[in-house]
Amino acid sequence: MRLKIPTDFRIVRLPCTGKIDIIHILRAFEKGADGLYVVGCMEGDCHFNEGNFRARKRVEQAAEILDKIGVGGERVKMYNLSSGEGPLFAQYSIEMVNRIKELGPNPVKLAKQRMSKKADAA
Amino acid sequence: MIIAEKKPIEEIIQEVKDFDRILILGCNECVTVCEAGGKKEVEVLASVLRMYFMAQGQEKTIGERTLERQCDHEYLEEIRNIIDDYDAVVSLACGVGVQFAAEKYLTTPLLPGVNTICLGANEDRGLWTERCQACGTCVLARTGGICPVSRCAKRVLNGPCGGSTNGKCEISKDTDCAWQLIIDRLKALDKMDDYEKVAPVKDWSTDRAGGPRTVTREDVKI
Repeated sequence: MRLKIPTDFRIVRLPCTGKIDIIHILRAFEKGADGLYVVGCMEGDCHFNEGNFRARKRVEQAAEILDKIGVGGERVKMYNLSSGEGPLFAQYSIEMVNRIKELGPNPVKLAKQRMSKKADAA
Repeated sequence: MIIAEKKPIEEIIQEVKDFDRILILGCNECVTVCEAGGKKEVEVLASVLRMYFMAQGQEKTIGERTLERQCDHEYLEEIRNIIDDYDAVVSLACGVGVQFAAEKYLTTPLLPGVNTICLGANEDRGLWTERCQACGTCVLARTGGICPVSRCAKRVLNGPCGGSTNGKCEISKDTDCAWQLIIDRLKALDKMDDYEKVAPVKDWSTDRAGGPRTVTREDVKI
């Protein structure tokens, strides 16, 4: 297909989105990610029946936590598509990258950078 | 098992904000099963606190540890050599674990990270319901295995009361009338004769009314 997708994100492959845990999402932000999205199979098409439903719940939990601590729950999102929908995958990646660019950098990352600059200056 | 619920993050932040070195202490027993205070929840809370304080420009030391149980001396002893590295401990165990740890480590503030709710069962994924109030004098043999103390809002021992309608309790349409359940079960067991027997006045001195309770077993004491 040779579709053009942004280069601003890294793909982490999982055997099933049901493998993702809330701590994986939070650690990504703790380590400085500006956003994260999970792309699972279509709802009802999970090989393990409910892997993508579990993932959606965890994404929602992570979003709620990120909202509460001021990082911003809108930085995480769950998408569903089938393996044959390459153009949609490209579209989602563009959509998510644009959304994150609008939101700006992760405040935790910014604070870390500020603190390390201060430490360097001192 | 003991059912607990995570405390709101805002409340925990408020409790720990004045400490620089905080240990998040999980428990591998009941609170792990009800997904409130196990190893996973310890990791999540620690990550959340690190991010929150980092975003505020404060770098705090947040340690993580999960013990097999917090209601036994030998497991709580496992943190003796690290307890002085922290200014406060947030225990994700039930109220028993928090208190037992507090009794053991007198000079370290012990803060609860969960609200302990009840003694209950995991009825469905994400649903835990009360089954026992530890009244100290079990009546389940007479009530078809369904507890009127924990499952009847009035703790009626010769029920049902007038608030029972279509098998539901007057306090909520989602709450089963315990006595309806008892009658259904006694019918299934063909023991409705038991229902006709008037229950004697219950000895509530074994409940909380008699003050904090203890069990002493001379036969197992060493």
